[in-house]
Amino acid sequence: MTKKILTVDDSRTMRDMLKHALCDAGYEVVQAEDGVEGLEALEREGADVVITDINMPRLDGFGLIEGIRANPVYRGLPILVLTTESSGEKKVRAKEAGATGWIIKPFDPIKLIDVVRRVSG
Amino acid sequence: MSADDPFEAIKQTFFLECEELLTDLETNVTALTFGDGDGEAINAAFRAVHSIKGGAGAFGLEELVRFAHVFETFMDELRSGRKPCDDQAVRAMLHASDVLADHISFARGLIPAMDEERSNTVINDLRELIHGGSVSTTPDNDPDPTDPSLEAFDFKPVMFDFGALPLDSKTETAADGWIIEFKPHFRLYETGNEPSLLLRELARLGPTSVTIDTSELPVLSNLPEAGSYLKWVVELQAPLDRHAITEIFEFVDSECDLNLTPIGGLTSGLAGVQETSSVPVDTVDIAALLAAVSEDGAKPVPAGAAPALAEQADSLVPSVAVSNDTPKTVTAPAGGAKQVAATQASIRVDLDRIDKLINVVGELVIQQAMLAQSVTECGLTVDSSVKLGLDDLELLSREIQDSVMAIRAQPVKSVFQRMPRLVREVAEMTGKSVRLVTEGEGTEVDKTVVDRLAEPITHMIRNAIDHGLEDAQGRMEAGKSKEGTIKLAALHRSGHIVIEVSDDGRGINRERVRKIAVERGLIAHDANLTNEETDNLIFLPGFSTADAVSDISGRGVGMDVVRRSIQQLGGRISIASQPGKGSVFTMSLPLTLAVQDGMVVRSGGQTLLAPLTAVIESFTPKVGDLHRIGSGDWVIRFRDRFLPLINIARILGFEEADKSEVDDIQGIAIVVENEAGSQAALWVDTIQGQRQVVIKSLESNYRKVVGISAATILGDGRVALILDVDALIALGRQQANHVNFKLAS
Repeated sequence: MTKKILTVDDSRTMRDMLKHALCDAGYEVVQAEDGVEGLEALEREGADVVITDINMPRLDGFGLIEGIRANPVYRGLPILVLTTESSGEKKVRAKEAGATGWIIKPFDPIKLIDVVRRVSG
Repeated sequence: MSADDPFEAIKQTFFLECEELLTDLETNVTALTFGDGDGEAINAAFRAVHSIKGGAGAFGLEELVRFAHVFETFMDELRSGRKPCDDQAVRAMLHASDVLADHISFARGLIPAMDEERSNTVINDLRELIHGGSVSTTPDNDPDPTDPSLEAFDFKPVMFDFGALPLDSKTETAADGWIIEFKPHFRLYETGNEPSLLLRELARLGPTSVTIDTSELPVLSNLPEAGSYLKWVVELQAPLDRHAITEIFEFVDSECDLNLTPIGGLTSGLAGVQETSSVPVDTVDIAALLAAVSEDGAKPVPAGAAPALAEQADSLVPSVAVSNDTPKTVTAPAGGAKQVAATQASIRVDLDRIDKLINVVGELVIQQAMLAQSVTECGLTVDSSVKLGLDDLELLSREIQDSVMAIRAQPVKSVFQRMPRLVREVAEMTGKSVRLVTEGEGTEVDKTVVDRLAEPITHMIRNAIDHGLEDAQGRMEAGKSKEGTIKLAALHRSGHIVIEVSDDGRGINRERVRKIAVERGLIAHDANLTNEETDNLIFLPGFSTADAVSDISGRGVGMDVVRRSIQQLGGRISIASQPGKGSVFTMSLPLTLAVQDGMVVRSGGQTLLAPLTAVIESFTPKVGDLHRIGSGDWVIRFRDRFLPLINIARILGFEEADKSEVDDIQGIAIVVENEAGSQAALWVDTIQGQRQVVIKSLESNYRKVVGISAATILGDGRVALILDVDALIALGRQQANHVNFKLAS
C-alpha cells in the first residue's frame, strides 16, 4: 500500500521540494503549512510518516511533535524534523519532544528517501 | 539534483516565495523600528530569513546562504533576548534586509553584480553586534567570526553530520566485519523508532547473523505494560567503515546502548551473550527473523517489548485503543482557529483571469445598456414586463460588476507598511526627528492603483520631511515639539480613495514659491493668484523649491512627476498649506481604473462624458450671466463668482474656431473643478443623463488626445469620449475662447 507522508513546512519551496522527491519515490504526500494545520491534517487524513520543519508560525515543529505524541495512537508514528542546524542543540530538543530522526536541509532527495525508508520500512 | 524541469519550477517558486518573505521581513523589522513590534515580530522576521536560507541551500546559492546565516544568527540573538533589540539592532536589520534582497536579486539574475563590499560590511557589522558585549555565542555555530571560509563551511550542503554522536571521526575499517551490540532504551520506542527496521538496514550492508538476548525479559505475569527488555547482537560480515554502521543508528544514538567491535578483536562479549541467549538464530534465516520481529514490534506500542509475547502485546491493545479518545492536549495560540479559517477562505488566482473576467463583465454591462436602449426605442412602456425584467437585469449586472471589482480591491496597507522605513531613513539622512502616523491602512482600492501608489507617496513623504519639516532647532524656535509628525491617511470619499500626506512643518513659503515661479517664467510677473493657486504652483513642470536638488527628495524630479503619475491613474492631487503650521497633500484616486461614473453630454454634435467626480453642478445660465472679458475670454457668473467658460465643441475642434458669429447657442454650463481647486464652466448643448461606463483606453487603441482621457461605448453602440477636465481647464486658460454666446431667452 502506498505510504502517506505528511509534510509540515511554512516554506512553499520546501513543501514543493519534499513533495517532488517523495512523489517520485511513490509516496503519497499531504501538506500542511504550520503546526496547527499539521495536527489537523494528521487528524483528518492520517499519515505513516510526518516530516516537519522546526521554525513555523503559530505552532512550531517542537510543539507539533509534542502534540502528536500526546495522543497515544501516534506514539509510534515516525516523525522526522527538517533542520538546517548542524549543531546538536536543535536535534536534542527535537528528540526530547519525541522526534524519530532528522533531515538536514538542504537535503539530497535520494538520501531523504533513504531516511524515510529507514524509519518507516 | 539535476537541473531538470521540476527543479527549475521549484526554483522559480522559491524566488516568488522570497519576494513574499522579504515583504514579511520588512514588515516585521519595520514594526520593531517603531517599537510596536511584539515578540512575534522578531520571530516572524527570523523565520523569513530562515526560510530564505533553507531554500537557498537547496539550490546551492552559497553566497545567499552565507549572508542569510549571519543575519539569522543575529536575529536569533535578539529573539532569545541575549541581545537587546535596540535602535542599533533595528538599523542593522534594515541594512541587512536590503543586502539580502540584493543577494536574492543577484541569484535570480535580476541585477548584474553584487555589491560585495557592502555585503561584507553588513556581515561584519552583524558579527560585531553578535559577538560584541558580554554575551558569547555558541562556539560550534560560528567557530571563528573573522574567518569567512570557516563560516561558509558551517553550512555547506552536508546531508548528515555526526556531531551528536560521541564517536571520533577517524575512519575505522574492520577487516572482516563488525559485531554490533544493540540494546534499545524504552525511549527509542517512544520516539517512533523501530529496531526491526534498524536491523534490516544493517542487513543491507552485508551478510549478518543476529542473536537476540531475552535474558532480561520478565516472566509474562510480571511483564509491565511498557518497557524495553531485549538486546540484539549482530555479526555483520563485511569490511566496513565504522561510520557506515553508526549512520544507521544516528537517530537513536542517545536512546540505546550501542557497542561496535571489529571482528578479530574482542570476541569475548559475543561469547558472553551467546551463553545467556535463549533464542539462537539461524544465520541464514535473517528474513524470517526480521519478519517475525517487525510483525510484533511494529505495533503502535508503548510497550514495544517482546516479539515472543504476541498474545501479551495484543492484550495491551485495548488500553491503547481507549486512550485513543483522549483529547489532545496541545492548544494553538489564541486566535489560531480563526486564522485557519481565514487561510482556508482565500485562494490564489492568476491576475490575468480576473482581468479577463472584468473585461467580460464590462462587455456585459455595455450589452445590457444597449439592450435597454433598444427596448426603449421599441416603444415599450415602463411597466411592461420586458422593461421591468431589464431593470432587474441592470441591477444584477451592476452587482456583478461591483463584486468583480471587489476581487481586485486590496488594502493600501501593502504600500503604507513600506513607509515607516522610508521615514526612518530620510529622517536619518536629514538629521530630523520624525514620527509617522498612519490611518486607514485597511482602505481598499484596485490592485493596479495600489501598485502604482507607492512611488507618489514615497516622493511626497520624502518631500514632506525634507522640505516641509523644520530641523529640531527651527521647531523649538517655532514653539513646536522637537519631533515632527508626518501623517499618512487613506479614506474613501464619494467613490474615490483619498490619500493624504500631511506634516506639521513650516508650510509653503508662498513668497518664495511665487518668486521662483516668476523667475522660471511659469507665471506672469503680475499674475493675481489665490493662496491655493500659489501653493499648487509647486506641481508645475520645472518647478523645484530646493536651492540645490537634494539627494533626498530631489532625485532629479519634481512634484510635477508626482502629479503626472497621479493623473495617469485618473486621480488628482492638490496641496493645502498653512504657513507655520504645515501642509497637506491630498491625492484623490478612482477606486478602479475600469469603470467611471459620468455625465453624458452633447456638444458640437458629439456625445461626450464628463467624469462625475469633477462635476460640481450644472445649470442653465440666464441672460446676463455671460460676460466677455476684453476681446477674448468668456466668463460666466456662478454664485456671485465669475468662472472661465470653456466651450467644449470649440476647444476640442468640433466647431470651427474662427466662426465669428454663432446664433442661438442654447446651452448648459457644467461647473467642474480640478484637483487644485480651480473651477471652470464647461459649455455644452444638452445633458443626456448620468451613467456608469466601462473605460476603454484611447491611448492604447488610438493615440493620446489632449483634453480627452479615455473613451467608452454607450448603450447604442457609439463611442463616446471621456473629458479630461484638468486638461480642459488648462487648455481653456491657454487659448482664449473667441466665441460669441447668445443666450436663449
